[in-house]
Amino acid sequence: MTRQKRRMNFIFLGVIVLGIAAALVLNALEDKIVFFYSPTDIATKNGVEKSQKIRVGGLVKKGTWKKPTAGLDHNFTVTDLRHEISILYKGIVPDIFREGQGVVVLGQFQPDGKFRAEEVLAKHDEKYMPPEVAEALKNSGKWKPLEETK
Amino acid sequence: MTAEIGHFSLILALVLSIFQGTIPLAGAALNRKQWVDVASPAARGQFLFVTIAFLCLIYAFLTSDFSVANVAQNSHTLKPILYKFAGVWGNHEGSMVLWVFILALFGLAVAEFGNGLPPTLHARVLAIQGLIGFAFLAFILFTSNPFLRLDPSPIEGNGLNPVLQDPGLAFHPPFLYLGYVGFSIAFSFAVAALIEGRVDPAWARWIRPWTLAAWCALTVGIALGSWWAYYELGWGGWWFWDPVENASFIPWLVGTALLHSSIVVEKRDALKSWTILLAILTFSMSLFGTFLVRSGILTSVHTFASDPERGVFILGLLVFVVGGSLTLYAIRAPMLKGGGLFAPISREGALVLNNLLLTTGAAVVLLGTLYPLILDAVGGGKISVGPPFFNATFVPLMVPVMLAPVVGAMLHWKRGDIGSVLGRLRIALSIALIGIVATGYFAENIKDLLAAGGIGIGVWLIFGSTVEISERISLFRGTFSNSLRRFARLPRSQWGMAIAHGALGIMVLGITASSAWRVENIQLMAPGDIASVSGYSLKFDGTKKIIGPNYQGERGTFIITKDGKKIGTLNPEKRRYPSANSETTEAGILTTISGDLYAVLGDERKNSAQGGSSWTARIYFNPLVAWIWIGAIFMAAGGIISLTDRRHRIGPPKTARSLNKNNSKISIV
Repeated sequence: MTRQKRRMNFIFLGVIVLGIAAALVLNALEDKIVFFYSPTDIATKNGVEKSQKIRVGGLVKKGTWKKPTAGLDHNFTVTDLRHEISILYKGIVPDIFREGQGVVVLGQFQPDGKFRAEEVLAKHDEKYMPPEVAEALKNSGKWKPLEETK
Repeated sequence: MTAEIGHFSLILALVLSIFQGTIPLAGAALNRKQWVDVASPAARGQFLFVTIAFLCLIYAFLTSDFSVANVAQNSHTLKPILYKFAGVWGNHEGSMVLWVFILALFGLAVAEFGNGLPPTLHARVLAIQGLIGFAFLAFILFTSNPFLRLDPSPIEGNGLNPVLQDPGLAFHPPFLYLGYVGFSIAFSFAVAALIEGRVDPAWARWIRPWTLAAWCALTVGIALGSWWAYYELGWGGWWFWDPVENASFIPWLVGTALLHSSIVVEKRDALKSWTILLAILTFSMSLFGTFLVRSGILTSVHTFASDPERGVFILGLLVFVVGGSLTLYAIRAPMLKGGGLFAPISREGALVLNNLLLTTGAAVVLLGTLYPLILDAVGGGKISVGPPFFNATFVPLMVPVMLAPVVGAMLHWKRGDIGSVLGRLRIALSIALIGIVATGYFAENIKDLLAAGGIGIGVWLIFGSTVEISERISLFRGTFSNSLRRFARLPRSQWGMAIAHGALGIMVLGITASSAWRVENIQLMAPGDIASVSGYSLKFDGTKKIIGPNYQGERGTFIITKDGKKIGTLNPEKRRYPSANSETTEAGILTTISGDLYAVLGDERKNSAQGGSSWTARIYFNPLVAWIWIGAIFMAAGGIISLTDRRHRIGPPKTARSLNKNNSKISIV
């Protein structure tokens, strides 16, 4: 086997592997990624795919969440102070979860139009604001420095 | 005073690094011995000054000297001593000092143990190390000075983020950095070899131990990080495909490829140019990981500060190092003449396949990590790329990587016979098939079937490596004493390889079982309530108040019984750290060989009717999860055993020919 031939084998194999990888990646980019929307995006139907899993972020609206006394069902409203969306979640909310806190929820719209969350994320730091939430608030024109929103 | 000494030492180290980075290079080019000889003393001096600076910073943290801004922002008098110490690198500035300390340590090691190297190569390697040191010292001094004073100094510090106050995490950064920075040696050797214009088997033999050591440390570092995520974050998962996890995993993948391709250079004098490229890429990915984590473009517990100046500096450094070394590579690599030829089915061929898949895998992870950032930058919307993406792309690519090692290790160099190798592996093959059928038989869905495949791969790796070793020592063929003799004589690198490949199998079993068959049970529990998961009953026994050194909290008790017999208790905690004004959740974990019972306390519900409180509790059974970290430990152990191979330590470098002779003697039998 000559050097050129070996190199061709090497390149051929490389092209095959890269081709497979590219096919896998393109396929996964179709349906394995999750888009983020603010409540305003959803309200104004800004290209929101209702049948897909999405992430929604904003502040937990004051007066919409109470620690349930029984069971694990949580109801609360996430707002970017312009529009809001009500969320259903069954499970344990993070330690730091409270009204006025910035949160990101991952979930899907149900056929009945309600948003059911599978995951609720709030960071272990009350000063922390998820960057998507901060931007959603900025976009809705309601961004205020952190101290004031508390 | 100590802060000033530390600061001044860093400046001296910076100045020294300029000399270390230039004079030996010029000396090697102009053939001046005195200039070449500057390299080693400069590396020693570098180590001395960086060590002084590092010790000064440690001293400031241990004595809680809050007149130092970095200490005030990141430490607290009430913090346990271990975390005061670990707090040194629990922040951006300190972690960069740790980085240069390890860099200087490696520089010292090359200066001391590199006497066997050709003097010009030795000097050039140290010079490149010096240049890297210069870049990072400048970064520290100009953008991230850990010794800045505060006036007036506060009475109390801000404390370390409580989730970082953990023994597993205290040692996660040092190991990770040992890995990242260790790859700088391979990088320096690669660049020095490009300047020299010569790559030979001896060169590969020199870089291999460094690469191996760095790889072992990175393996341990990543394992510690994932273990920490497992028990501290309270989600029961151990890998989240979080960008910062990927930032450490990408260099590991490319480094693993480098580890394997350097064998081909050493034994067969082939794949030289590719190996040089991998050495450059591995360190570039380490730098890139640092950039991702330190620049603040990602948000996570790792991102200590988002100062754009720092990001720009590291990005500039990255462009310079990657761009510069790749340009050098483009100019010089065509000079490197390839050596031994080989057929596609051969051990070299298997290693090439391993390399292609590992680097492609690394590229896919890199793409998945960067895609959201790029899409956001071009205004394409905010997305997150999580486990579903990586499971659909990275995992399939890794399947052949997991199948190949055992076969590859038994193929001959140059030209192999895959049929005969599979024949010799028939026992392992049958056991793996039994594993697949046995688990696949109970499959209820596609996921279970895929998991059965994963189990088959794990079993294949474990038994395949066992068969490989027993064949090398002629077990069951010839006398037992003969086997014993061979056992004792088998090169350590052979042991290391078989152990690492078997360990990979253990890890695959752990990953497969814990991902596919995890059981989760969330419920509201009052004292006396019983939850059952996977045949275990957990009786909730209420909570007690606890007071720790710098936190208060509640500790719950779950009594675990199986078939009516008590087998242990779980004590999950909820802690509140007043100094940081935050809460953490400590999982209660009982590890058994078949799986972990894992309990986390959610929130408390005052329940006046019963006079006590109910708690929401999340209880998991994670099958075989401990095997992941056991596998990682054995993998690193395999690397260390291989590192102690005589070949890496003593004697003049053997020629490829004599090594081949030894090999064929072993494999003919």
